[in-house]
Amino acid sequence: MYYDFLQYEFIQRALVTAVLVSIVCGVVGSYVVIKRIVSLSGAISHAAFGGVGLGYFLTVNPVLAAIPFSIASAMIIGGVEKKVKISADTAMGILWSVGMALGVIFINLTPGYAPDLFSYLFGDILTVSNSDLIIMLILDLIIITTVYLFRREFLSVSFDEEFSTVVGLPSLPIYMLLLALVALSVVVLMKVVGIILLIALFTIPAAISKQYTHNLTRLMILATTISIILSALGIIISYIFNLASGATIVMVLAAAFLISYYLKD
Amino acid sequence: MNAVEFNQVSMKYNEQYVLQDINFSIEEKDFMAIIGPNGGGKSTLLKLMLGLLKPDTGEVKVFGKEPNHARDLMGYLPQNLSFDPQFPISVYETVLTGKYHGLFKSYKQSDEEAVIQALKDVEMEDFMDRQIGKLSGGQMQRVFIARAIVRNPKLLLMDEPMASIDPDMQSSFYKLMLNLKDEMAIVLVSHDVGAVSTHVDKIACLNRELFYHGPVEDSAKGLEEIYHCPIELISHGIPHRVLKEH
Repeated sequence: MYYDFLQYEFIQRALVTAVLVSIVCGVVGSYVVIKRIVSLSGAISHAAFGGVGLGYFLTVNPVLAAIPFSIASAMIIGGVEKKVKISADTAMGILWSVGMALGVIFINLTPGYAPDLFSYLFGDILTVSNSDLIIMLILDLIIITTVYLFRREFLSVSFDEEFSTVVGLPSLPIYMLLLALVALSVVVLMKVVGIILLIALFTIPAAISKQYTHNLTRLMILATTISIILSALGIIISYIFNLASGATIVMVLAAAFLISYYLKD
Repeated sequence: MNAVEFNQVSMKYNEQYVLQDINFSIEEKDFMAIIGPNGGGKSTLLKLMLGLLKPDTGEVKVFGKEPNHARDLMGYLPQNLSFDPQFPISVYETVLTGKYHGLFKSYKQSDEEAVIQALKDVEMEDFMDRQIGKLSGGQMQRVFIARAIVRNPKLLLMDEPMASIDPDMQSSFYKLMLNLKDEMAIVLVSHDVGAVSTHVDKIACLNRELFYHGPVEDSAKGLEEIYHCPIELISHGIPHRVLKEH
């Protein structure tokens, strides 16, 4: 009786989406957590929303419009601390709010049917199209390839940026590349998962996994696996109790973190 | 060729001089301590040698080249190793980062052997697979020294190495330095004048300007020159004299 819902195509699609999303969030999220750029990633996510609004306003695909916006905010936040007298923390606060506000204003200014802004916060994992799935698959491949090619650099820079420069590593460009991966992930996943759920998926599975392993590769695999399981659980629970799927997944993630934290002691 | 040369180097921060008209050189097998008060520019001097900063005026050369082009020849032990103690990296992996070759270039078998050798030199080879946070302060320091020497540098730069070393470890630290000084120039930045001066060959006294630069001699003559350095020095090896602040 309970397994009937697994026959529904939209549930199957949601579960496939959960896998594709989890690969991105497990891999990129591991770096976000160990390099302690969670707030920064949050700022990039919210700033990207400005691009979405701009896209609607210019009647261009909002996801495509969000890409330059998102990468630009990543570069600004990442580079600002080194060059300008504003702290990165301040820059984040500004971009976070201005990005969101711009997005809302652009959408207000757009004549005609306004999109449901709420879906950009928590996504719409139950209404994923085939083309969305293909784009996510391509994103997964780009992320995995980039992370594999630059694994030595990402590890070294995440651990000790200054020392990395001394041994000849291009630390700043590598850091920017990492932020660009975050920005790209945000943009592709925003419509499916939503900004808030995205931050939760970047952070919580990696934070849980970090308690159980001290090897980065294993951390990524564990984070991805946990993300898949918890997202699937969230989707199923939301279906059974008729709750918003995105928000339910966040609650499942949070509960899992609390349980794992107390179990660790 | 000198390991390091400073030529009329000055650095400013917010209109104030951090370093003023620095002229000195370090020879290839020198074991030198740079001493001076906090804020006197010691870390800045080190960062200029490492190429992490560029001088506002003047020139810094390392083995005749720009510091950025001499990175293969340098080893660096930073001062405040502030990292997340839960960071997922092992002792072995930490030292391996010191052997970085360049973009897309893998680590080789010889790198693995170099890491093991460096860990043996600092007596940490039994801790290879330990996660970096699960060590005492002194053990961590030794791992970071291994990371600094793993590429067999010709110039080893250490920023306040004594700050994280337990007192009973000091003598084994200096013993290690004595072993290394046959192969490289060693420069350490330190507050701890007394302990340092009994072990190093040369001292440079830095407080925005360079006040003394030369050998540490047990003779009174050598110490008179150090009078020019405006910090209080208590020297060991001689009936304890407190030298005046200028």
